[in-house]
Amino acid sequence: MNGAQDMGGMHGFGPVEAEPNEPVFHADWEKRAFALTLAMGMPAGWNIDQSRFARENRDPAEYLSMSYYQIWFAALETMLKERDLVSEDEIVAGHARGKPKPVTRVLSPADVLKVLHRGGPTERPTNTQAAFKPGDKVRAKNINPLTHTRLPRYVRGHVGVIDHVIGFHVFPDSNGQGAGENPQWLYNVTFSGPELWGPDGDPTTQVSVDAWEPYLDPV
Amino acid sequence: MSHDHDHEHGSELSDMQLRTRALQTILIEKGYVEQAAIDALIETYEKKIGPRNGAQVVAKAWSDPQFRKWLFEDGTAAVGSLGFGGRSGNHLVALENTPSVHNMVVCTLCSCYPWAVLGLPPLWYKSAPYRSRAVADPRGVLGDFGLTLPKDTEIRIWDSTAELRYMVVPMRPAGTEGWSEEKLAELVTRDSMIGTGVPKSPKEIA
Amino acid sequence: MAHDHDHDHDHSELSETQLRVRALETVLTEKGYVDPAALDLLIETYEKKVGPRNGARVVARAWAEPAYRARLLKDATPAIAELGYAGRQGEHIVALENTPKRHNMVVCTLCSCYPWPVLGLPPVWYKSAPYRSRAVSDPRGVLADFGVTLPKDTEIRVWDSTSEIRYLVVPMRPAGTEGWTEEKLAELVTRDSMIGTGLPKLPGDLK
Repeated sequence: MNGAQDMGGMHGFGPVEAEPNEPVFHADWEKRAFALTLAMGMPAGWNIDQSRFARENRDPAEYLSMSYYQIWFAALETMLKERDLVSEDEIVAGHARGKPKPVTRVLSPADVLKVLHRGGPTERPTNTQAAFKPGDKVRAKNINPLTHTRLPRYVRGHVGVIDHVIGFHVFPDSNGQGAGENPQWLYNVTFSGPELWGPDGDPTTQVSVDAWEPYLDPV
Repeated sequence: MSHDHDHEHGSELSDMQLRTRALQTILIEKGYVEQAAIDALIETYEKKIGPRNGAQVVAKAWSDPQFRKWLFEDGTAAVGSLGFGGRSGNHLVALENTPSVHNMVVCTLCSCYPWAVLGLPPLWYKSAPYRSRAVADPRGVLGDFGLTLPKDTEIRIWDSTAELRYMVVPMRPAGTEGWSEEKLAELVTRDSMIGTGVPKSPKEIA
Repeated sequence: MAHDHDHDHDHSELSETQLRVRALETVLTEKGYVDPAALDLLIETYEKKVGPRNGARVVARAWAEPAYRARLLKDATPAIAELGYAGRQGEHIVALENTPKRHNMVVCTLCSCYPWPVLGLPPVWYKSAPYRSRAVSDPRGVLADFGVTLPKDTEIRVWDSTSEIRYLVVPMRPAGTEGWTEEKLAELVTRDSMIGTGLPKLPGDLK
């Protein structure tokens, strides 16, 4: 979606300010929000693309004014409610009510390290051929889905070069809507500064995105 | 959640009240502005200039074919002949709605609006939902206003990016033959002159 | 003004969040969906166990051992796994070699994608609007915010992490470190140098 999360090239946010000796978490609730999000993925069965969409899918003014973990937590609440795992009443009351909806798996402490170590690889086998090869010129499509996509606005319509073929990977635009993994060929595509930002763009800068085949047209 | 309304966040609001009052006092003390001028400005746009001006223009265009022609050829001059013009009305363009084309006006970048004929813009016109969606999903926006146009009607959106100010001339409702300009003007709504509405029908003001 | 820290204005919003987080944890625990011990372990892992020291060891080994460097640049995921680092948000890692001609910088404009197994969780600035918006349009300006100035003819290559590929910058080895052990070399490798917003420390910086 064309939301506030798609911020490459936006102006007005000021300088990057790094906090010296920054702690991993700034508050206890951040730790819990983080852990709850990771732990609930298994029982709830959402995929990472759906969770990203849940985070970005909000009023831009909210997205821009919420802290990182506030967004995570708001998305967690939304995803849980969407799946009838938790209700607003229960959160307000601070206690479960009625019979919990059954789930098939729950993350046990014994499995934590194993599950983290396994992660969630997205490469999938295929017999198909990649449409593009390194050196090919491609144009990023002007797509504007309301749903989840990983093609940022700042490259849409612009011409880039295939740097290398990455592989055959789960396609977030489908997976993020719960419409299946629908894996596609994934490429690393580079764009020059002037191509993206105009004649005043820095010619010594190249920006790349990882783009799936459905994002690209041949030039 | 829109943050544009005054009923939110009590302490932030009284902060605004205090700061505007303070700045006004300072500017008057420094002799940069006069109280009476400020009051006159407020009164002008709160009470004197508003959509009734535009309604008059539209009613005349419906009644007077020569005026209509002039209005579409030179909006500024035609509207000026009725005594309306000046600030945010120096370069007025009138847009003709027909059965095949429906016009809609927006300012995606801020809030440009034909003050001279419509007064100051309403909050929704200046807000993110309208500004973001008018150019991408005009039928959806019209749906928000309860308006559905035929599928084959072309919708023409005018993003007011320069100093030109656009005013829609909606189609004259049926059953108004022989009506006086004054009576016709009662049918012309503000939203119909922005393009997010259509005029009232004779039944509605019966 | 960054809005990412908890000390900011809206205290009422914040304590509301704190209450809701606590409430939700209670609800989910009561329903048997989460085990608090698992939550504690998740937190401990990323607060204490996984962090940039992992990546520093990878870089140090690449500096010390040409064969490892070659493996790392060819296929980083298994090379990094040789050191025991693998898994979530690092299933597909690509190592990016900095050279005098090219400096690499990594960002995720759309959210916060970051190579957790080698760098831990990302810092707030990496996830914030200033970095996400400017890294792709004004990388030299961003580097200036970090006090880094590169030669005008050094090409800057910015990698926007839009997929599950995670990028790790391998900075250039500082001069005057010949014969150093991997352990000592690792002390020079800063987290920011592995993101691309900084350079490694110099021998003189270690006292």
